[in-house]
Amino acid sequence: MNITDIINPANLVMQKTKVMNDAPMHYCPGCSHGVVHKIIGEIIEEMDIQDKTIGIAPVGCAVFAYQYLDIDWQQAAHGRAPALATAVKRLLPDRYVFTYQGDGDLAAIGTAETIHAANRGENITIIFINNGIYGMTGGQMAPTTLEGMKSSTSPSGRDIPRNGYPLNITNLLAQLEGTCYVTRQSVHTVASVRKCKKAIQKGFENSMQNKGTSVIEIVSTCSSGWKLNPVESNKWMVENMFPAYPMGDLKNI
Amino acid sequence: MNTDKKQNTEEVKLMKGNEAIAHAAIRCGCDGYFGYPITPQSEIMETLMDLEPWNTTGMVVLQAESETASINMVYGAAGCGKKSMTSSSSPGVSLMQEGISYMVGAELPCVIVNVMRGGPGLGTIQPSQADYFQTVKGGGHGDYKLITLAPASVQEMADHTVMAFDYAFKYRTPVMILADGIIGQMMEKVVLPPYTPRWTEDEIRKNTPWATLGKTKDRKPNVINSLRLQASDMEELNLLLQSRYREIEKKEVLFEEFDCEDADYIIVAFGISARICQKAVEIARQKGIKAGMLRPITLYPFPTEALKKYAEKVKGMLSVEMSAGQMVEDVRLAVNGKVPVEFYGRMGGIVPSPEEVVDALESKLVK
Repeated sequence: MNITDIINPANLVMQKTKVMNDAPMHYCPGCSHGVVHKIIGEIIEEMDIQDKTIGIAPVGCAVFAYQYLDIDWQQAAHGRAPALATAVKRLLPDRYVFTYQGDGDLAAIGTAETIHAANRGENITIIFINNGIYGMTGGQMAPTTLEGMKSSTSPSGRDIPRNGYPLNITNLLAQLEGTCYVTRQSVHTVASVRKCKKAIQKGFENSMQNKGTSVIEIVSTCSSGWKLNPVESNKWMVENMFPAYPMGDLKNI
Repeated sequence: MNTDKKQNTEEVKLMKGNEAIAHAAIRCGCDGYFGYPITPQSEIMETLMDLEPWNTTGMVVLQAESETASINMVYGAAGCGKKSMTSSSSPGVSLMQEGISYMVGAELPCVIVNVMRGGPGLGTIQPSQADYFQTVKGGGHGDYKLITLAPASVQEMADHTVMAFDYAFKYRTPVMILADGIIGQMMEKVVLPPYTPRWTEDEIRKNTPWATLGKTKDRKPNVINSLRLQASDMEELNLLLQSRYREIEKKEVLFEEFDCEDADYIIVAFGISARICQKAVEIARQKGIKAGMLRPITLYPFPTEALKKYAEKVKGMLSVEMSAGQMVEDVRLAVNGKVPVEFYGRMGGIVPSPEEVVDALESKLVK
């Protein structure tokens, strides 16, 4: 059988979402970003909201999110995505506005913007990729880096007296009156991808119901930063990240 | 500085410069104001909150958690093709510099008002003009210029607000209104601009086709972005910005002359200093000194050509500023050594008197 016989529209059982384009991704093998991008694209296609969605990209590995998803994007200064999203949503209340931010962006430099946007109950969806490391700049310690976890700026492991505690900002956000839905997800198995997709979709839907801010944390891998192969990364994440950042809904109203 | 110009036919109001900005913003169809309180400009946001424009024009007014957030909210709004603005005073404007640089890089229009106070540091709440360098020479990182308007009256606070939005959208750039604590706080007669409706979404799509309103089927995604990773892409943007600046320098210079025609000495002053120097020119003339004043209305683009022309016929120039001497450098560059250029200024929030200026003119130039 010829390969062209197999690649035949009649044999098509599944297709990549049209919201995602064919640009080659810069993400490393085993990185969670690609999967999360894909499910966002699927949600936008299934909800038929491509013309009503505005994404706010961060500084970090996902700075290039605008290269892969064919929607309107604004690229924010480091940590400021929730401030941009606030203004976009307030001026265009019938649009779906989401931020896509890493842990350094959301939980270090952008802590004030994150907390205040959530506390005002902005009707936006915050997608928070937590891999416990600064991937883009080469694996430095992040606010979410675990105790004892090695990074290029904590080469002998995060030391609490020197570096302070890992910041569980999602727990903090769940305490705020302005948030309506706060959940922690992952995308390391087929089942978890499906659950994560439902969570993001719920966040998108909430943003049109004037309920407040939805926060979807996705505990993620960084094979390059963790210096593990993709399979080992998933295992390491389950064994080490999940106890510190447990899966499930923290708030759902 | 002619505050009476429109007052025969229009309704004249008495208000503070800060209040005039708020009224003018609503009337000229501003879509969003985002700010953080700081003296001496808090009346701008207070007036907006009091006027509740969200009930009339639909304008959004939001008190942000910081100046950093404010300018980034302005970025988000501007990215949607909306007329957006913020205001602050010197320390707060320092915090905004990151956002301003990003907006320049992303070619976003907006209006920023700086009602200057004395510095450095937390400084004083008294008026100052010491942010000239920060505003005119860059402020944030990277090669850029900000069109800078320097109002000298409450009327100009209102007028410049309208003009600033026009410039911002004409050149896709942030525009700074560089006022000071006196212009912000003092009350004068003012005729407010007429009401102009906010742009509809159809108008935004037409006027700003780059705006992120949601990707429609007939176009590619719009991306508001200042990241240019490839050196050649970065240089392409740099060249585009520079070509815009050359056009701005050619077309948009604004200044006002006062008794310059037969002057032997020209005082150069902007904002509140120009109001003081206008009186100084009168006193000097009574003393037999043929003084005149040139007031830059745009600090960038600077009235270089006008000063160059006067350098051929006057005996000297005096730059009067409420700073240690900042604009004087641009006066010297324009004059290029043809005649002496001296400086007189007060700092720390102290306002020079017209008599002090005349004394400085006499001791430094007339002798």
